[in-house]
Amino acid sequence: MSSSAQLLQEREKRFNDAVALNKPDRVPIASVWDFFPARFKGHTVKEVMYDPQLMFNDWVECLQHFQPDMGENPYGLRGFARVLDALDYMHLKWAGHGMDDHQGYQFVELEPMKANEYDHFIFDPSDFMIRRFWPRVNKALAAFENLPPINQIIPYYWGLYSGAFLLSPEMEAARGALMEAAKASAEVLKWAGALGAKLKDLGFPASSGGFAQVPFDTLGDLFRGTKGVMMDLFRRPDKVMAACEKLLPIMIDSAVASAKRTGVMRVFIPLHKGLDGFMSDQQFHRFYWPHMKELLNALIREGITPWVLAEGSCNTRLEAFRDVPPGKVIYHFEATDMFKAKEMMRDRCCIRGNVPATLLSVGSPEDVKAYCKKLIDVCGEGGGYIMDASTTLADAKIENVQAMYDFTREYGVYK
Amino acid sequence: MEDLVKAVAEMMEDEALDLTRKLLEQGESPAKILDAYKEALVIIGKRFEEGVYFVPELIMAGEMMKTASELMKPYMAKGSSAAVQAGKKGKFLLGTVAGDIHDIGKDMVGMLLDINGFEVKDLGVDVPVQKFLDEYSAFQPDIVGMSGLLTLAYDSMKRVVDGLKTMGVRDKVKVIIGGGQVDEHACKFVGADAWATDAVSGVKYSLQWMGC
Ligand code: B12
Repeated sequence: MSSSAQLLQEREKRFNDAVALNKPDRVPIASVWDFFPARFKGHTVKEVMYDPQLMFNDWVECLQHFQPDMGENPYGLRGFARVLDALDYMHLKWAGHGMDDHQGYQFVELEPMKANEYDHFIFDPSDFMIRRFWPRVNKALAAFENLPPINQIIPYYWGLYSGAFLLSPEMEAARGALMEAAKASAEVLKWAGALGAKLKDLGFPASSGGFAQVPFDTLGDLFRGTKGVMMDLFRRPDKVMAACEKLLPIMIDSAVASAKRTGVMRVFIPLHKGLDGFMSDQQFHRFYWPHMKELLNALIREGITPWVLAEGSCNTRLEAFRDVPPGKVIYHFEATDMFKAKEMMRDRCCIRGNVPATLLSVGSPEDVKAYCKKLIDVCGEGGGYIMDASTTLADAKIENVQAMYDFTREYGVYK
Repeated sequence: MEDLVKAVAEMMEDEALDLTRKLLEQGESPAKILDAYKEALVIIGKRFEEGVYFVPELIMAGEMMKTASELMKPYMAKGSSAAVQAGKKGKFLLGTVAGDIHDIGKDMVGMLLDINGFEVKDLGVDVPVQKFLDEYSAFQPDIVGMSGLLTLAYDSMKRVVDGLKTMGVRDKVKVIIGGGQVDEHACKFVGADAWATDAVSGVKYSLQWMGC
């Protein structure tokens, strides 16, 4: 067996042992790199967002340098600037488009679904997406707002008007934009495939092969906005539930399809609006956890390992989070009390992360090592822990990341 | 009135607004109705501190307050707003700084300051440095409060403070910064007088500065 194939197996095993709550040979370590690799190679965010070849080179060099136990394919979440350009996408600001060249992109909160539009979405999500959601988050598709309902085209005689509308001048520009976006997407996918193969060659298993959200997060982040969805909890709770139920199978199906397509049976699930402070226990158990639990279980049934990134803190949610099959889920914690999490999850789930992003950006390598030591001593005990930063490495100092990796490889070996 | 306080505090929006309308139609004074809302907001603020209420309730309370003041506007006698203002403890200029759009915390601070007797002017989110300075001149606040949750917000905050210095008014105004991530270092870097990671302590500083 070639050494890189061996490496691939070794890493996969180390990682999977930790997930299954067995003791690996040492504590595995991985990162959510954000645009760190560009900075590591002296490039700006803008340069790599627009140049897939440069992104390829920077990621390969960075991963080869740090040798994490999992590789990361950045194209799906970082390499899409030309797609955004083609669509004139409004849900993000990115380098060259409202952000400095060296800054990562930012989410812009919108309200693409108005309070009185729940019924439309619930009745026919696809029609709502095409004629309401897309035109409101993609300026280039604004004309779609005037499309006749596609679901009314049944035989030809009900479809004449709708068909002819596709030829209208207002649709022409939108069609062009859509084709541009499609071409840009194909280009990004080509590079994603190439990098995936390259990383495998180099012995890096892929960290995730798909993405999903808890339905309430999708509804809040992307459809209604934080304020909108929070008020809906009081004003139209039944509609919130109905919309979440509609979104759940969409989340499951798209994540499963993506994992199968990429062959990487891990799915990334960042949590946003169910964190401590965002809702009461009662609200959490009504609007958030039931769908989250079903999402996790559905993925597990398909042989997928959900990697849940609990942003913010989730101390009050740990009890609920425990209620999943043992050894199947990774909970990546940002500001949750990690030692309490270890206590509660010891026999249930692998925990990951918690090296504070602030420590990595303003602390010294010695500070980082001291923190990692504590994590390995307490959370690493008996297995079931993956070393990682609390969140992405966006602002981390290079020498601190080096310290985190060197120290974990040395001190994290299980006797 | 007691029913109104209870309806607002218990998040019963429809009841609260119906009651408000009814009271106004019956000729109740808007000032008294406003007092009921403030009483309710104090209860809500307390429940938030106690961990009984969370972000949804605070957003909802803000919305109810907003709708209620719209309902009351036509009933406000001319001149009475000047009287209300005369009774204010101080003027507070508030906003989320340039580059940052997080406003849930800012809105809560604004609401609590209002309940506590401040005249609050809220400039919204992603407020350009120059806008803060222009509004300073127009509004002449006693306190400038800047909210920011992103690390990059500190630069914007610093530029506002530098601007106040250039205008020669820095010693005439108190500056407080707030947001989940601010700390002593940020405060020093920005050149603010105080920092707060919770609304209540922000209000305490403000009251202290106004000698209350
Ligand atoms: C909700 C949220 C969002 C929502 C905002 C919705 C809205 N309308 O506000 C959305 C989804 C839009 C969002 C977007 C982004 N976010 Co955000 N967001 C949060 C989150 C989860 C909660 C913030 C919040 O509302 N907390 C609840 C309120 C009540 O708390 P608070 O704001 O701290 O306010 C209290 C006090 O601080 C104080 N206070 C606040 N302001 C003031 C002002 C004064 C004068 C005073 C006296 C007191 C005071 O009183 C309040 C009440 O006690 C935090 C994580 C966290 N746990 O804090 C991340 C967080 C702030 N976001 C973050 C990031 C990175 C982003 C994005 C860049 C993400 C992206 N890549 O797209 C974008 C940026 C958009 C922009 N340009 O600002 C980071 C910031 C990291 C950093 N240090 O820079 C955080 C910390 C998450 C993380 N760890 O990565 N976000």
